[in-house]
Amino acid sequence: MFQGRATRDMEIVLVGLNFRTAPLEVRERVAFSLEQAQRAAEVLRTNGILEETLVLSTCNRSEVYGVHALAHRESAGALSTFLSDFHAVRPDMLNPSLYHHYDHDAVRHLFRVSAGLESMLLGEAEILGQVREAYLQAQQQHATGPVLNRLFQAALEIGKRVRSETELGARPMGVASAGMKLAERIFGKLTERSALVLGAGTISEQVVSQLRDRKIRTLYLMNRSREKAEELALQCDGKVIEWGNWDAALKLPDVVVSAVGTQEMVLSKPMLEKAMAARGNRALFLMDLGVPRNIDPAAAEIYNTYLYTVDDLTEIVQQNRSARQSEVPKAEALVEEHLAKFISWQSSVELIAVLDSLRERLRQRRSTFLAEKLTSMNHLGTDDHEKIASMMDELIERIMIEPAERMRSEKQLRRKIQNLEALRDLYLTDREKP
Amino acid sequence: MHQTFVLLTVLAYLLSLGCYLQFLYTGKVLPGRLATLLLFLGLAAHYLALLYRARANHTVPYHDLQGSMSLFGWLLAVTYLCLEIYHRQRTVGAFVVPLILAFFSISYFVPDHSGTPAQAHGVVFALHVTLSILAYAAFALSCVLSLMYLAEASLLRSRKLGDVVWRLPPLELLERMSHTSVLVGLLTITVGTALGFVAVDRMTGQYWYYDPKYVWTLLVLVLYLVYFQLARSTAWRGARASRLCVFNFVLVVLSFTVVNIYFSPHHRYF
Repeated sequence: MFQGRATRDMEIVLVGLNFRTAPLEVRERVAFSLEQAQRAAEVLRTNGILEETLVLSTCNRSEVYGVHALAHRESAGALSTFLSDFHAVRPDMLNPSLYHHYDHDAVRHLFRVSAGLESMLLGEAEILGQVREAYLQAQQQHATGPVLNRLFQAALEIGKRVRSETELGARPMGVASAGMKLAERIFGKLTERSALVLGAGTISEQVVSQLRDRKIRTLYLMNRSREKAEELALQCDGKVIEWGNWDAALKLPDVVVSAVGTQEMVLSKPMLEKAMAARGNRALFLMDLGVPRNIDPAAAEIYNTYLYTVDDLTEIVQQNRSARQSEVPKAEALVEEHLAKFISWQSSVELIAVLDSLRERLRQRRSTFLAEKLTSMNHLGTDDHEKIASMMDELIERIMIEPAERMRSEKQLRRKIQNLEALRDLYLTDREKP
Repeated sequence: MHQTFVLLTVLAYLLSLGCYLQFLYTGKVLPGRLATLLLFLGLAAHYLALLYRARANHTVPYHDLQGSMSLFGWLLAVTYLCLEIYHRQRTVGAFVVPLILAFFSISYFVPDHSGTPAQAHGVVFALHVTLSILAYAAFALSCVLSLMYLAEASLLRSRKLGDVVWRLPPLELLERMSHTSVLVGLLTITVGTALGFVAVDRMTGQYWYYDPKYVWTLLVLVLYLVYFQLARSTAWRGARASRLCVFNFVLVVLSFTVVNIYFSPHHRYF
């Protein structure tokens, strides 16, 4: 626990926009690259707008977190202006999309972001990695201080807890990832497996990306236009098989994904029966993402094949969405639990700062008091004056040290003290207030 | 003392089952580890319950149906734990522990014949019986795994996934676990049967005499060998092999019950 910082320094400010508040054309203009995030943090600190800074920028959000150096609301205004200037976006275009959160609201917002509750895809796991990355980057740049360090460490902890203690991120939410999860239900990890992707369009690209994420051992690609298949193969280190060479193509993979834009059936039941015989009835997972369908529905009857169409997968995604939604209250309870802990920590730090100021004030009062009283006590020598001063100092220390010690050791007490304004107003003048 | 260990065993198995179910439902690591630990504790208490009972009755556990069933449950737990550690898969525990608990509990409701004088027949005989019961336990485990495979494969093929499928082990892992279990069963039943012949030779001076149990055991052995081979072959891989495994276990149950009680003059409870 750090001590002695002025209370106003503890206040956290957040200015940002996300997919809910800003359209894509605004989001893409306000997105920060790695270098831009570093430069922005540097400028905000050197210009005295923020003392601690962290920029969190993903495809769905751009947020600047800070501990402000200016007066409370001024920082937020300065931050809005800064964002507008930094990205060269007109304020009238940017400001309606911006949200401003202060102190506990800002903390709660970050915790919700980290938990995946503020994500477009509820409970997605990527955001936690992005928060971690942003934090590490800011830390390396020495842009964070005690407050943001504590805040982001708590955010990372809550992100982990939500993922391990709730099912918010447990089930796949995209059609391609749902298909991959199903393949894992059959084969286990796909690292020692091979897959064949038919088609080279956007859907195929998504599937390839999912397969690569799962470190699939071998990836085969087939497309009517060989050039497009080769283009995709270059991106993902895949092997291209000539379109129509079905005997060779279907014998090898454990997973076949078809996303070909065609009116005709690409894989018929007899073709797959022949392939299954050739592959010794090894299990085959077929994912038909084509509309109209690419794989004969009757292929589902073949022994040891598992056929899923885009409708089947969409239904699974819908079920998963409902299941994730039902986990939201659990995740929110965790957010509130960590928020209470953070507030308790923040209050204890603030109280210690108040106690420091109070001690200083009492010492000053003691000097004035002694000076006034001792002038009339001529029988006392300089040594006596010093002794009395020393005894009074000791008394002040004893009075002040006990609450500080209790604050350090008693968690419950820290939780109770959440509004120090009354204490400040009672004992300290405006000038003395930390 | 015996009763204390019986209660401790039931308690540990029940708690272990609760943790395995929680692990199956939530996927959290802690309940999973706790479940394994409690199963270990249950095993220890179960062993002591068997030991005290045997000492009190001056007989071996497999002398009567009660002891045999309890020993079967204990060996099933041992086999399962070995399999869990070898394949690093805890999900199956929620399906196996009820079986272990059932065998242990039911054994105390069957008639107790421990009062009758017992013949120990020596170490070879004891090994013959223990290995045979271990084989039955391993086959029981493979049956559970095969049933899980069939249920999961059926859900996946019918595309009616529900909540359960996401929590079950992958099909190919269930197949591998079943193979391992059958392999353990095959090895132990082979060695156990061979030791049976040695024991008979020592007791009677002749290593062979006709007992329907021999024919039945040979049938079980052959059918599991067939399963072991077919499960890796082209036409039977997957659900068909799993169905055969379940069928084989039905024969094991018949061997353990009908054949022992009505046909075999020398095999009563093992």
